[in-house]
Amino acid sequence: MAMTMTQKILAAHAGLSEVKEGQLIEAKVDLVLGNDITAPVAINEFRKIGVSKVFDRNKIALVPDHFTPNKDIKAAEQCKQLRNFAAEMEIKNYFEIGEMGIEHALIPEKGLVLPGELVIGADSHTCTYGAAGAFSTGVGSTDMAAAMASGTAWFKVPGAIQIRLEGQAKGWVSGKDLVLHLIGLIGVDGALYKSLEFCGPGVADLTMEERFTIANMAIEAGAKNGIFPVDEATRNWTATVSKRAYTVYEADADAEYEKHITINLNDLEPTVAFPSLPSNTRTISEAYGTKVDQAVIGSCTNGRIEDLRVAAAILKGRKVSSKVRCIVFPATQRIYLQALREGLLEIFIEAGAVVSTPTCGPCLGGHMGILAKGESAVATTNRNFVGRMGHTESSVFLASPAVAAAAAVTGHLCDPAGLMTAPPRAELLTAAYIAGTRERKTV
Amino acid sequence: MSTTNHNKQNTGSTGSSKPGRVFKYGRDIDTDVIIPARYLNTSDPAELAVHCMEDADAAFATAVKQGDFIVALENFGCGSSREHAPLAIKTSGVACVIASSFARIFYRNAINIGLPILECPEAAEATMSGDNLQVDLATGTIYNLDQKQSYSAQAFPDFMKQLVAAGGLIEYTRNKMTQKAEAVQ
Ligand code: SF4
Repeated sequence: MAMTMTQKILAAHAGLSEVKEGQLIEAKVDLVLGNDITAPVAINEFRKIGVSKVFDRNKIALVPDHFTPNKDIKAAEQCKQLRNFAAEMEIKNYFEIGEMGIEHALIPEKGLVLPGELVIGADSHTCTYGAAGAFSTGVGSTDMAAAMASGTAWFKVPGAIQIRLEGQAKGWVSGKDLVLHLIGLIGVDGALYKSLEFCGPGVADLTMEERFTIANMAIEAGAKNGIFPVDEATRNWTATVSKRAYTVYEADADAEYEKHITINLNDLEPTVAFPSLPSNTRTISEAYGTKVDQAVIGSCTNGRIEDLRVAAAILKGRKVSSKVRCIVFPATQRIYLQALREGLLEIFIEAGAVVSTPTCGPCLGGHMGILAKGESAVATTNRNFVGRMGHTESSVFLASPAVAAAAAVTGHLCDPAGLMTAPPRAELLTAAYIAGTRERKTV
Repeated sequence: MSTTNHNKQNTGSTGSSKPGRVFKYGRDIDTDVIIPARYLNTSDPAELAVHCMEDADAAFATAVKQGDFIVALENFGCGSSREHAPLAIKTSGVACVIASSFARIFYRNAINIGLPILECPEAAEATMSGDNLQVDLATGTIYNLDQKQSYSAQAFPDFMKQLVAAGGLIEYTRNKMTQKAEAVQ
């Protein structure tokens, strides 16, 4: 029977030659992930199972990223619980402050997820790793507890929607605009219980980082997972993060999809999701002029080095509006250091932005940038639900790093093209662009 | 999914809950409004229950009584994977959540922790806030005592019934691990 890419990975991990939609299976997991909010609950549940050890101390990752550096005493207690459990169980992949990053940027960076692997995480954005051709999905703390003990998890095999990408993105358009456009098209439950399987010639035009951004937001369409085929870019990326062997799975040519959607990257414009659902999207021309009090650039969605390069390209030599608070939070320590070395942090600080240590902080209204009643923020994060970033009468507009940086400068939503013409993507997304502007300045 | 709309009958059948009052909400009720992130620095169920539904309905936590029902439209529980959401609902005394559809992580969390949920678009749409319901979880039957209607929700697949029968995923895993340990010895 023909299977989708997701179904093949699930079948392999369940020890079955085939699976079909709706089937309930128990599958082996390659990595179990938890954070400082979800893991304490999981640890308490784990104790009730009555085993003295985790199934494999190398296949569990604990990342205190949500309320860290500890925002208050209760957060400190939760992190302490994580730290003690990690020590007791000799968990290898516990990442203390200083090494810690936002989990969904950190896990791929540390080489803990590779193509064909099966990852569950007690965090809904665990679906991010589909970018690397893995099956990864968010679960609850109880699932995490059971998997830490048994090394397995139960799944209902999903059907899939195929998203065919064509053409090439132009101007300031990025992977973020693509995924916002897609969610606007199908709705927040448009892919409920399904896989979003990406394919087509347009995939090659997306950098790995953009694929991570897109897979990250699969959950915002209700999807169980989002997954990209493994191509040359994936292989090159894999070689930079890990030496482990991996298996590449491909969807059968005659696999059944519930729906086929084609998106031409060439047709896309910078896109913004208005409050209070990620599906409430408008193009930047329709969004023009909406005032913002805060611009947040970072998170597991858009806190990677390319995102910071794009924001820096716009902020360089410009000033953040006196009416806007601009907060930049690189997703991991490595990205932070790289941004420092590339001169991006200097650009942000000179522009009048604050740069934060890696944390989830403002993204979930935790700390480091909470909104007051009536305030609004443009954010490169992934959710704009009621009260997500602060007061229930505050609002969040989701956008790309380019749009957020442009709004930081002008004080309102606007097309970044109005500030500067986009450099060719191949230059903009690499370190060379900012380096080049520096040379030009000193000549 | 089969639906039978006939006059209520046999509301006192075994396996059915006691009557409870309905708190009705719309579609896309997300986990951020069920339990806002600002309260996630604790996992104490009682403390979470105090803030249950706070950003959707500030009156809920004080008004809800043991055995009441939450009824909502499509995509209930969308958003984050926080198990604090079903936990807050369960601890607040809600007997069962009935919705047109559930977000998948919420769905599995509810099953894993033993919060009864039923997917039934017909019942979800017709039920009004303040209606009195009675639910038979064994059969998936929902009785609306005020509108004198009954509905059948989709029954759980067998594997999930096993999970629920074991008392949730933790008990299920405990049994499995014990069997494994015995087999090894
Ligand atoms: S950055 Fe935001 S979306 Fe990402 S893991 Fe942290 S809280 Fe969740």
